[in-house]
Amino acid sequence: MTTKDTVYIALFAALTAALGLMPPLHFAGAALPPISAQSLGVMLAGAVLGAKRGGLALLLFIALVAVGLPLLSGGRGGFGVLMGTSGGFLLSWPICSALIGYLAERDREGGALKLGAYIALGGIVLMYAVGIPWMAFIGKLGMAKSLSIMVAYVPGDLIKVVVAAILAENLRKAYPNL
Amino acid sequence: MLDLYSPGSSLLHRLPPAAKMLAMLLGATLLFLNESLPITVAATLGILALYPIAQLTLKQAFAQIRPLLIIFVLFFAVQWYFSGIELATYVVLRLAALILLASLVTLTTKSSDMIDTMTRGLRYLQPIGVNPAKVSLAISLALRFIPVLAQITREVREAQKTRGLERSVIAVAMPMAIRAIKMADEISDAIDSRGYRS
Repeated sequence: MTTKDTVYIALFAALTAALGLMPPLHFAGAALPPISAQSLGVMLAGAVLGAKRGGLALLLFIALVAVGLPLLSGGRGGFGVLMGTSGGFLLSWPICSALIGYLAERDREGGALKLGAYIALGGIVLMYAVGIPWMAFIGKLGMAKSLSIMVAYVPGDLIKVVVAAILAENLRKAYPNL
Repeated sequence: MLDLYSPGSSLLHRLPPAAKMLAMLLGATLLFLNESLPITVAATLGILALYPIAQLTLKQAFAQIRPLLIIFVLFFAVQWYFSGIELATYVVLRLAALILLASLVTLTTKSSDMIDTMTRGLRYLQPIGVNPAKVSLAISLALRFIPVLAQITREVREAQKTRGLERSVIAVAMPMAIRAIKMADEISDAIDSRGYRS
């Protein structure tokens, strides 16, 4: 790995943290937890940096959260959050980013639509596939109930996929050998 | 540095971070293996009793739980409805105990100490290609980049405001991303030109 790779990894870990500073979007009132922009960082890191660097960027981010820095949206951090109900989603971020990166690297000329499909696969399907069973296990909730809680997050996540696909596609064009 | 650490000189503050992390992982595993409500109640009270010992107030303990209060209420309601009040109490209490235990480590350990412990632990991963020096470079760069990115966002947003575009996500995010990548390129050139080798 070159110095540039190290700096890019740090940059996207920091980007994910900076996205947590944006005020979370409240919809459905107080009935459901607010939706944060933070998983946009997962999508962008994978789509822009590729499998290895994207995965490492999110691994770095999760390590910084684990040591107690309040980098998650709402100023949360520490081991407690990683072990809580949404811990599975957070711990899945490195592999989600790596999957998005792997698919995006294999198909560099695929265009924004296909890139969006890859981002959705890693950033929604895989993330939910890890996070929902974790939530069901930690909360003794059962799969069906956990699944129905997460349905509320799908619209917000789809918006993030669209934003990430447009941004990443433009960045790929602006910096072809990133 | 931004940190959740709460300064103090108690026994828990003085324990080495590695020992605390291992104890926490062990405690969390035991909490999960245990299925009985009375033991969970006892464990929660035991963990709460550690807070004054670590020179922390019960207010600080509650502050750890507060962000998750909505989720706790939701889980409690769902479990109560489907499986009865006993299981609902057990599940929510176990979650609370877990978070209180983990927060105890976070509150009594400086992030910088924890990072040091982790990078020292990375030595053992050297045979599989992990370079501890590069990891610590990445950590310090990431921590420095966070306020810089916030600053870049403010500047781009102001610039786009004059064009009436401050509400467009793409019009703000795109120039921000390009400026951030340019900055990263300049920094890595600067590091290389100073002969950094690791």
